Amino acid sequence: MNITLKVWRQKGPNQLGAMETHKMTEVSGDMSFLEMMDVLNDNLIRGGKEPFAFDHDCREGICGSCSMFINGEAHGPGRNVTTCQLHMRSFKDGETIHVEPWRSAAFPVIKDLSVDRSAFDRIIQSGGYVSVNTSGATIDANAIPIPKHDADEAFDSATCIGCGACVATCKNSSAMLFVAAKVSQLSLLPQGKPESKERVIRMVDQMDLEGFGNCTNTGACEVECPKGISITNIARMNREFLSSNLTSK
Amino acid sequence: MNMSKTGILKSSLSRKYAMALTGLFLCLFLVGHLLGNLQLFVGGEEGRDAFNNYAQFMTTNPLIKVLSYLTYAGIIFHIVDGFVLTIQNRKARPVKYVVEKGNLNSSWASRNMAVLGTILLVFLVSHMQSFWYVMHFGEIEIINGVKDLHSVTLDFFNPAINNLAGVMTGLYVFAMLSMAFHLNHGFQSAFQSMGISHPMYTPVINFVGKAFSILIPAGFASLPIYLFIIQS
Repeated sequence: MNITLKVWRQKGPNQLGAMETHKMTEVSGDMSFLEMMDVLNDNLIRGGKEPFAFDHDCREGICGSCSMFINGEAHGPGRNVTTCQLHMRSFKDGETIHVEPWRSAAFPVIKDLSVDRSAFDRIIQSGGYVSVNTSGATIDANAIPIPKHDADEAFDSATCIGCGACVATCKNSSAMLFVAAKVSQLSLLPQGKPESKERVIRMVDQMDLEGFGNCTNTGACEVECPKGISITNIARMNREFLSSNLTSK
Repeated sequence: MNMSKTGILKSSLSRKYAMALTGLFLCLFLVGHLLGNLQLFVGGEEGRDAFNNYAQFMTTNPLIKVLSYLTYAGIIFHIVDGFVLTIQNRKARPVKYVVEKGNLNSSWASRNMAVLGTILLVFLVSHMQSFWYVMHFGEIEIINGVKDLHSVTLDFFNPAINNLAGVMTGLYVFAMLSMAFHLNHGFQSAFQSMGISHPMYTPVINFVGKAFSILIPAGFASLPIYLFIIQS
């Protein structure tokens, strides 16, 4: 198939960028989107031109690196997929495909499609520690009885790969789904309970400091999340933040 | 010291709580206001006097006065907080997407709450000027010892008296349509913001919210339409 690509080109942080057009021929429908981008970059390098910078790592949908806003959607069309799991058969022959970086004040563009998502790392760090017994007689985690429903919910929250699709797709660049998933995965389990009050307060504070927008409950994040994380996590964070603030001394 | 560092009042979440609580409080106001207005469907002198006595009660009863000041405060808070949140949200994405397809993942109303709210603000100012101001400070006839707000209302939608009656009826219906969309997202959203989410109760809240967002604005819109038609 033949496609026309319009890809964001930006030399560096704080520089003006623009869409650059490239025609691609003989694209196989079995290629992943990243493989197609590899071919584009290969063509550019052979032609003595600068390739596009983009983030990628595992290419199996678990690292959360491949941040691309494709045709107006985070990770492109299709649900519960990252860019690396998106195949060219999802597009029509002759289609024009727009490829942009995540756009958020909290995720500054480093170059082209690559953005700095270290704000997420700082939010995780602000969450602090989980108390574990290191006195020698450590207890196996599975020895603590946990209701199946709680374990399942915590696991669902923990599937967040921190890709940033929620921020990218939210019209307010809000990081609520990410932070809520991280808060939930620990607060739902007995191991995470001792520090749960401080954790939610610190993580929300850090989220605000990073300059993410506010949640307006559009629900776009849960639709575009490659791991299908539900906004019920956000409700959980909302009530934990409120109750933690009201009951903290 | 576990309290929020940035202060719970300044937190983005607290602004959401404030939006939710004031919004739900204003929903209660809408119910009260609509129930009062429905008296306009009662015709004749009987209907006129009942409505005027009701208006007199609503503007003089001390308990209602306290409630009305709370409503003014709620409206102002909801507006100011809404503007602050909207500005913060715009700042959070300084460079816009070239192509963005929000319609694939969210409802139109949820993405346009600020626009809908602004339409309602303009409506509110105009509406208060037409009725609230006249009732409180304007020249108004006294019938049977009470101010005749009933005739002011009827005349406003009477094409023989007000040249703009037809236009106003249209604008009122348009404003109520905006309110319907605003409530359609706002009602259930307020519960989510307050952290109320439950596999069994949330679908009920969503259903009540949808019903509320259709019935209340439809009830309000029916009045100008009715008054305009019977007087045309």
